[in-house]
Parts: sequence; C-alpha cells; structure tokens
Amino acid sequence: MKSHALLASLLATGLVLSGCGADKTTDKATTEKESTEAVAPTDLQQETDAYKQFALEQMDQFVMETDKFVSAVKEGRIDDAKAIYPLARMYFERSEPIAESFGDLDPRIDARLADLEDEGQGEEEWSGYHKIEYGLWVDNTTKGYEDVADQLLKDAKELRARVETVEVGADLMITGAVDLLNEVSTSKITGEEEIFSHTDLYDFKANVEGAEEIFHIFEAVIKQKDAQLATDLTNKFSTLNGLLAKHEDGKGGYISYEELTKEDTKQLADAVNQLGEPLSMMGIVME
Amino acid sequence: MAEEKLFEKKISRRQMLKLTGAGAAGAAIGASGLGGLLNVFGMTTEEDNPSSKNKVNFYGAHQSGIITPVQTHVYFASLEVLVKSQGELKELFQQWTPMAVRLMNGEPIGELSSNGFIPAKDTGEAGGLDASGLTLTFGVGPSLFDKNELGLSAKRPSELKDLPHFPKDQLDPAYTGGDICIQACAEDPQVAFHAIRNLIRAASGKVRLKWSQAGFNSFPEKNKKRETPRNLFAFKDGTSGPDAASKQAMNDAVWVQSGESQGWLTGGSYMAVRRIQMHLETWDRTALSEQEATFGRHRATGAPIGLKGEHDEMPLDQKDASGEPVIPVDSHVRLAKEAKAQIHRRSFSYSSGTMDATGAYDAGLLFISYQKHPEQFIAIQKSFGRADKLNEYITHRGSALFACFPGVQKGSYIGESLFKIL
Repeated sequence: MKSHALLASLLATGLVLSGCGADKTTDKATTEKESTEAVAPTDLQQETDAYKQFALEQMDQFVMETDKFVSAVKEGRIDDAKAIYPLARMYFERSEPIAESFGDLDPRIDARLADLEDEGQGEEEWSGYHKIEYGLWVDNTTKGYEDVADQLLKDAKELRARVETVEVGADLMITGAVDLLNEVSTSKITGEEEIFSHTDLYDFKANVEGAEEIFHIFEAVIKQKDAQLATDLTNKFSTLNGLLAKHEDGKGGYISYEELTKEDTKQLADAVNQLGEPLSMMGIVME
Repeated sequence: MAEEKLFEKKISRRQMLKLTGAGAAGAAIGASGLGGLLNVFGMTTEEDNPSSKNKVNFYGAHQSGIITPVQTHVYFASLEVLVKSQGELKELFQQWTPMAVRLMNGEPIGELSSNGFIPAKDTGEAGGLDASGLTLTFGVGPSLFDKNELGLSAKRPSELKDLPHFPKDQLDPAYTGGDICIQACAEDPQVAFHAIRNLIRAASGKVRLKWSQAGFNSFPEKNKKRETPRNLFAFKDGTSGPDAASKQAMNDAVWVQSGESQGWLTGGSYMAVRRIQMHLETWDRTALSEQEATFGRHRATGAPIGLKGEHDEMPLDQKDASGEPVIPVDSHVRLAKEAKAQIHRRSFSYSSGTMDATGAYDAGLLFISYQKHPEQFIAIQKSFGRADKLNEYITHRGSALFACFPGVQKGSYIGESLFKIL
C-alpha cells in the first residue's frame, strides 16, 4: 500500500512540476488554483475538544482561587489576599480567549480603571480584581471592598458556568493564541495591566502559557503541514520562557515589574515579537 | 487508510515535496530546469519589471540609491544582527534579495494566500501605489565584523571602523552605529517606510531595528527641472560635489576600485550617516547677514557671497576693502573646500518631535554621504573642527559608517561577494 501511494504522488509531482516549468504565467495560475483546492478543512474536533477541556479546568481553578481570595479580602487578611491575587488571576489570563467571548463578564472581572475611563465611565462602575488591587496596594485596606469581593466571586462562577456552553472553534483558538501574545505586547510588557500591584509578570507568563497550550494542542497537525514552523515555535517559546525564568523571585513567583530595567523589558518585548510572527502562521492548520 | 486518503486527496505542493523527497526533486530538474527547481524551493529569482511605473532597476554594477538622483523621501534603518552564524546571515541576504526586487517593482513581497486564518505576507500599505522611484541600499557596519560567531573578521577592510570623535560631537547611542543598514529612498514616504517594514518583518528573529530615521527633501522646480533643495536653515544643500553623471568622477570619488580595499567591496561604497540636530530657534533669530557669513553663501540664490549664481566658483582668495576674505575664514563652505576631499552628498531633512530636556525642535539634517574611503568624509569633518561657525547652530547626535555592497547581478544575491570563499 505504501509504495503505491508513493508512486502515485511521485507521478503527480512530476506532472505538476513539468507543467509549471513551461512558463511563468501558467506557473502562477497553477499554484493559485492548486492552493485554493488544497484548502480542504482539516477535521479539528479533537483539538477543539481538548482546548475546551483545558479552559474548563482553568476555570475550575479560577473559581477555587477566587473563592480563597474573596475570603481573605472579607476577613481582612491583606497579606494573604496580596499573595493569592496574582496566582488566582493566572487561571483567568491563561484562558482569556474564552473569557473574552463574554463581552459583559470580562470587564466586570478584569477591567482596569483606565479601560472604564476610555469608555466615558467613572470609578463607580468599576468592579472586579483590579478594583480590589487598588484597595490592597494603594489604600492598603480591604475595608469597603467586601461587596466588590462578593460580586467578583459571583461573576467568576457565572463565567465558569457559561464557558460550559461555549462553542469552541479552531478559529477561536488561532486568533486567541495571537491575541494572548498581543495582550502581552501591548499591556503586560508596559506594566499597564497591574498598575498598582506590579505583578504584570504573572499575567505575562499566564498569557504565554495560554498560547503555548494552544500550540501544543495543534502541534501534531502543524508538524504534518509545516515541520519547520513547529520547530520554530518550540524554539521561540523556549527562548521566551527562558527569559521569563530569569525574573523569577525564587519563591515560585515573579519579581515586581518595577524591578525590570529598560533593557529587560526590551529583551522580553523582542522575544514576544519574535514568537508572535510564527505564531500567527498557526492558521495553516485550517488548510 | 491514510495511504488511501493521500491517493484521493489533492495535496499541496509542499506536502508532495515532503512525501516524495529527493526523487521528485531530481525529476523536477529534468522536467523544468533549474529555474523551476528554485521556484519549488521558494527561492524564486525575481526580475526587474521594465513595465513597472516610476521604477529604478535593482540589478546592476552598483546598488541603487547611491548615485540615483536623490528622492524626496528616505526611511533609514540601522539594524542589529541576531543570527549567530555566517550561514544564517547569508541566508538572510538571500531571503531579502527577491523581496527587494519586488518592492522596487512596486509589487507586494508576496501574494495573498487563500487561507484567511493567517496574516498577509505583505503588510499592504503600499497597495495601489507604484514603485515611486524606490531604491534600497544595503550596507554593513564595523560591529558586524566584531561578532566572532559570524567569522567575518578576515574580510574586514582596515578602514571600516567607527568614525572618530569630532569636536562638539554629542552622540546619542540611540542614533549611533549598527551592524547592517538599509536606506530606502522613494518619491513617496509610505513606499519607503513600507519597504523597510516588510524587510524587517520578514527577518523577524534574525535582525532587530536599532534605530531609524525618516527624512524629506523638497525641490523647487524651474522649467520642469529640479533645483537644489534647501535644508531647514533655508540654505541650498548639495550645490557642489562631484558630477554623478560622470563615470570618471564617480570612480574617483565614490566607487571602490579593484585593489583599493577588500575584494568584496569593489564596486561598493562607504556611507557616512550623521544625524545632525539643527537649532532652529536660535538660527531663526540670527541676522540674515550673519547667517550668510556662517555658510559663506547668500540665502536666496545659494551664490557665493558677493556673487550672483549658485554655481559660480567660490572666490576663496578674494578680499574685501578692509583686506578681509569675502568668504569668511570660519564659514562652512570655505572649511569644506579647504579639506580638498570629494564626497557625494545625499542628505535629507528630518523633523521628529521635540527634545525631551528642552522642548526644542528635534529637527535637522540626516546627513548621508557616499565616498570610496571614509577618510574623505573624515577630512572634511576635521576641517570643520572647532572653527566652523555653523557649530553654534548644530549638534551632531547620531553617527554611523557602513560599507555598502557592490551591485547585484541576476541570479546572485545582495552581499554575495562578502560570503564567497576566496
């Protein structure tokens, strides 16, 4: 069987090649026609199922950690709340492509004050993690944030429930992976995400992990279509993760964004951009 | 079952190649010749398209953008090399070559894929614009030869080193040096920018933009002929210099001749780049006669002081009634002439916002000159030294020197001579 197939494709190749060598115009026409026809949607059900599973696991963890965080806030345990804050958020940041598909819940959980102001809203409409971040790091208190905490837990649970119903397509995964990296490029690398706690590197790492998970799920398909792309992505993820590891605090977390030098952030930004280019080619899995 | 699928399904050319390997490649050479084979591997040889509108040729004895008449816009990019081997560096220039040809044809660097889930190859902002006289000039800086892993030290011309410190230099590392440069000049600012953007994007992970500078020139026209452009001090800039139309003059001043440097640079040229801030605020409150004495020329006509025509000979020996030279001893033009060196200038004005510390305009001249040996530029700059009256009004903020490759022949690639085993 194998030798048959080989012979067949060998013949086919010979035909195509001699056809396009004849003249350049024919060559282009043939190529275009060929590539259009070659785009027969690959069956990616297994991959999308795997991703949904991943997102649900992250959401389960997110609800559990948010529960702990909310308890700490309500019981006035500031140090505990501060310690849980960046870790709980990582579960959210890893699965953000899905959370983002709920236009109302995402801002309720994750809006920064600057985001609201952009939309002409004021502090009174501010809720979620970043509002409590402000309380913890700027006001240095949990007093007055009890209701915000209760609402946050409710919203987290609602998000978990709604993720169950999401239709995950391969397109969501492809754009999601690129979006995760874009998030890093535009807000994490500038320290704008965690403006009060300066725990941006946690979000950074979680976004990268979220993108890497999507790559891993698609990896076998990518290898089939373009082995070089798979190798390139493996290397670029490894470079970026290596750079991030330099900024670990030795206690399972990351140093403050404020401790990064201009050279550090530039290096990280470069590595993100160098990963982003091949990552944006993952769409070939749709061919 | 997978075999059956293969048999039925139309598969892409790339997949076929992978499946069939060298056997098919052998068949391909027989079937379609070498060009076809190169096509198959994506190393298409692109050609200058003579029907492209407003096109400058890519291939030739010398690179474009050196003695090409200066355009209205430049986007200059100084790059840092990230690749770690000579092989990868060579591949980078091989990758850039067909792109450069396409860009100079006014074409996108790649056609659109039918797969809407991947980004477009070309960033697209030059869509609908013609070639706009785009020229691309590639060069390599001294720091490239310092990188041991690239193994180029034996190819380094002894004169390729950082320009010396000149009096009053205030160089900012953010505008200084670079391993590779690409000078993109065009009659349209977006075409020039698009070219650099796409070349750098295609080289993601291989190079990093170190610094860049956009610049512009405006040409008054007389009888449909472009006249000398004015710099931001309102003086004509580029009046004198060797005749770019004369092959002899260019061979004498601009093109490295065989035996004059490392063999790979024959037919190439040295590019000196200086980002010179011009203090517009102080200049604008300087009396006109003082401004003219600073340059040694009249502002309106560009003529030497006391004369009428822009191209009248500079009367360096002439004295006025009180015995003083008509062209002041500290004037810019006199000091330049006294260096007795020839350089081919190709400068652009720039305007890049404000200076952080003072709020003054960050505007001035992106000075670019071509010469066969850096010493020609250095001699003139040394002659200015501390004496130049213009120093009061300018500050050199950026500096770089690049050895620009000779021209590219069809079938070859940018910089091939540097990578050839001697």
